[in-house]
Amino acid sequence: MSTEVISQIDVDRTRGDFHYPEQHTFDAGTGLSHATIDYISDVKNEPDWIREFRHKALDVFLSKPMPTNWASKDLENIVFENIRYYLANAQRPTRSWDEVPDDVKRTFERLGIPEQERKFLAGVEAQFDSEAVYSNMKKALGDEGVIFVGSTDGLRDHPEIFKKWFGRVIPTGDNKFSALNSAVFSGGSFIYVPPGVKVKHPLQAYFRINAENFGQFERTLIIADEGSEVMYMEGCTAPKFETATLHSAVVELVALKGAKIQYVTVQNWSANVFNLVTKRAVAHEEAEVKWIDCNIGSRLTMKYPGVILKGRKARGEVISIALANNGQHQDTGAKMIHAADETTSNVISKSISIGQGRATYRGQVHIPKHLKGCKNNTECDALLINSTSRTDTYPAITVRGLGNSVQHEASVSQVSAEQIFYMQQRGLTEAQAMSLSVNGFVNDLVREFPMEYSVELKRLIDLEMEGSVG
Amino acid sequence: MSDSLLLEAAAIPGTLPEWFRNAQSQAAARFDSLPMPSRRDEFWRFSNLKALDPQDFTPARPVADEVAQELVAQSAGVAAAAGTFVFANDHLISRTNSSALAAQGVLWMPISEALENHAGLVEKYFMRSEPALGSSKHLALHLASVRAGTFLYVPKGVHIEAPLQTFHWLAGSGQAVFPHTLIVAEECSSVTVVDWFKSTGDARNMACGVNDLHVGPNAKVHYISVQDWSRQTVSLNSNVTEVAQGASALHLGLHLGGVFSRSESVSRLNGAGARCEMLAATVADHAQEFDQRTLQEHVSPDTYSDLLYKNALYDQSKTIVSGLIRVEPEAHRTDAYQKVRNLILSPDAEANSLPGLEILADQVKCSHGATTGEIDAEELFYMQARGISARDAYRLITYGFLNEVLERLPEATLRETLQSALRNRLQGH
Repeated sequence: MSTEVISQIDVDRTRGDFHYPEQHTFDAGTGLSHATIDYISDVKNEPDWIREFRHKALDVFLSKPMPTNWASKDLENIVFENIRYYLANAQRPTRSWDEVPDDVKRTFERLGIPEQERKFLAGVEAQFDSEAVYSNMKKALGDEGVIFVGSTDGLRDHPEIFKKWFGRVIPTGDNKFSALNSAVFSGGSFIYVPPGVKVKHPLQAYFRINAENFGQFERTLIIADEGSEVMYMEGCTAPKFETATLHSAVVELVALKGAKIQYVTVQNWSANVFNLVTKRAVAHEEAEVKWIDCNIGSRLTMKYPGVILKGRKARGEVISIALANNGQHQDTGAKMIHAADETTSNVISKSISIGQGRATYRGQVHIPKHLKGCKNNTECDALLINSTSRTDTYPAITVRGLGNSVQHEASVSQVSAEQIFYMQQRGLTEAQAMSLSVNGFVNDLVREFPMEYSVELKRLIDLEMEGSVG
Repeated sequence: MSDSLLLEAAAIPGTLPEWFRNAQSQAAARFDSLPMPSRRDEFWRFSNLKALDPQDFTPARPVADEVAQELVAQSAGVAAAAGTFVFANDHLISRTNSSALAAQGVLWMPISEALENHAGLVEKYFMRSEPALGSSKHLALHLASVRAGTFLYVPKGVHIEAPLQTFHWLAGSGQAVFPHTLIVAEECSSVTVVDWFKSTGDARNMACGVNDLHVGPNAKVHYISVQDWSRQTVSLNSNVTEVAQGASALHLGLHLGGVFSRSESVSRLNGAGARCEMLAATVADHAQEFDQRTLQEHVSPDTYSDLLYKNALYDQSKTIVSGLIRVEPEAHRTDAYQKVRNLILSPDAEANSLPGLEILADQVKCSHGATTGEIDAEELFYMQARGISARDAYRLITYGFLNEVLERLPEATLRETLQSALRNRLQGH
């Protein structure tokens, strides 16, 4: 393609660019102190051990430096005092659609979740600000013993199941932002799938930010007991606000012996959101964990889904698509920690940088001593659309000992001028041709997403490509 | 930091130009004020920093005459070299060079002589580049302490066919040397230079060296360094290769010795059509650690770089290869490649690879690959079926694996010399 100056990309964000008057019953104000923590715990009526957990986490958060020695300096632009750490509508999570307030329903309609979609979904846990306002699980799921609740409910009603793993996969002190989340978390999903249960339909949650300067700190914990299977889907879009918003989630997955978990994310926060997320799974013997991750929105995303391959023959996979447009930095990647023999991992990452967008892959593959038959394959491909686009790759691979095989490959390329010319000859506009090429570049990964997401994804990519050439 | 190390080291023979004295005293102050590297620093990730304390060492003292004679006798290197310098503990003990060089206007002399007689020329190139890969403190130590090494200036259009070589010997115990190589090749010239770094005995010593190459427009420079220090030597080496338009550089490191060896290598492609090959073959055994950091920096459009680093790891050895290809915003139509291959031969060896890319330009062809594996059982079986013992088969396959790097060197005689050094190194395995 030509390297001439290409017109500014005008992203149509109207789908997410709206919001309704806020009526927050509980509002912890801005800024973060131990008083904020007590306030959150009081409102949520939490047991003492959670309150203590939060207070300790706040101390850890305050003591940890920003990771700017390796990460983007843009992190310094987060003003923690200006952020509201807790808001809720004082609504208990509701069971039926009729009980959901009308303005919330309108929000979901604008987001394109038609009411009739519910019957296709096993359960919808939709988060409006920090509390789940809508929760509808099919009776069948409940009968099978599947628990699908919000984080507050999960810790209160099922401590015997969730307390054991809560904060164990990602300890509070893992990084500054996991500590922040541990201090102020609210919302998110807690899921338990009993042994042998294979959940047929994906469990789905929509997260959404709807208050200016309001950081969202959801906490998700999924436990798949022996031989069970579950797929969880998480999608986000947020209204556009004037000042930056912080989103910092912690997601922990536990796949016990022979269990399978797939975790699907489509992230489309508006371009002023800092999206700093810690996601990690533990895979026990013969278990399989697959992160399918697509990042299209946000100002800065830092997210490196990981799998600790703890049991023999465990398998971990990360499939990642990132699209960085003007003003965006998608800093994504994967971590594979091999801790048992014959464990395998696979990372496939594709990124597209448009305009002045920057896409970064950061990866870690760790195979410590005395393991046998471990395999890792990593592929990262980057596509640069404009001459001002940027892409980086920073993998770190450690292998100790014999009997393991690790390969890492990365490539950077452009859409070929011939391809575009060929398509234009056949009557496509340059923009259409470019869109087709980009969709072709990610097509094999898009197919990994569930059907309803892959359709939405293609549409989102088309949307982002609009006006990227001219 | 012991002050005596710096004070003693500054005693370069001859009259030094003022700029150099100033640079040295500033570097000494910088060395004192800079913190020791920390593993939090990305440039030192995975590094073993315990080995780096320079307090255990004093500036190397000259060797006895009979030792010097013995070392000169052992400094054959490449057959038919155009010139050979031999340093022992940072003191010149032998120099041979053909008179033809001087007739062509080539300057080939100890760095101390160059500072005395060609101060202006040396100033223009001497340690001009900012340290880019983390060793600011050790580069300051080098500058403050340097007194030995080679300066080579090849005038415009001059081709030197036979290689020029310098030996740096390290003898005794607790000694520190600061070998320096500065090569300036003017437009359309060509030259091949070999540095040999060797020890007597196996005592604990330290080497902190710098080798900088300035390759002028359409010039060609091949630089080979053979690092064969004793197995107790702590070594840090920094290289910057500046490549002008249409020029080509080849930088090859054969890494055999040392207990902890850090090598930093930067290739900067400054003009259209500039090309650079960065090659390294490393044999690591016992508790050896090789910490290799590279940067391929594409400043201009239409430039090419290709890196191939191969490590063979025995016993409890450890290697790090951290490489970055950086394509600056204006460097369109860059071709840059980076390949790291680790062959693990022991259950306790550890290979770390950090192959990085930063692409800010357009129409770029870039790829990197890093693989870590072991010897293929089928290859072993095939060789054993033909009567080769398992041990020989292992050694042959390892040799073949590393030899791929040496094969990239076009000079046949030099290549054979390196191949024989590699074969000797693998003999015990």
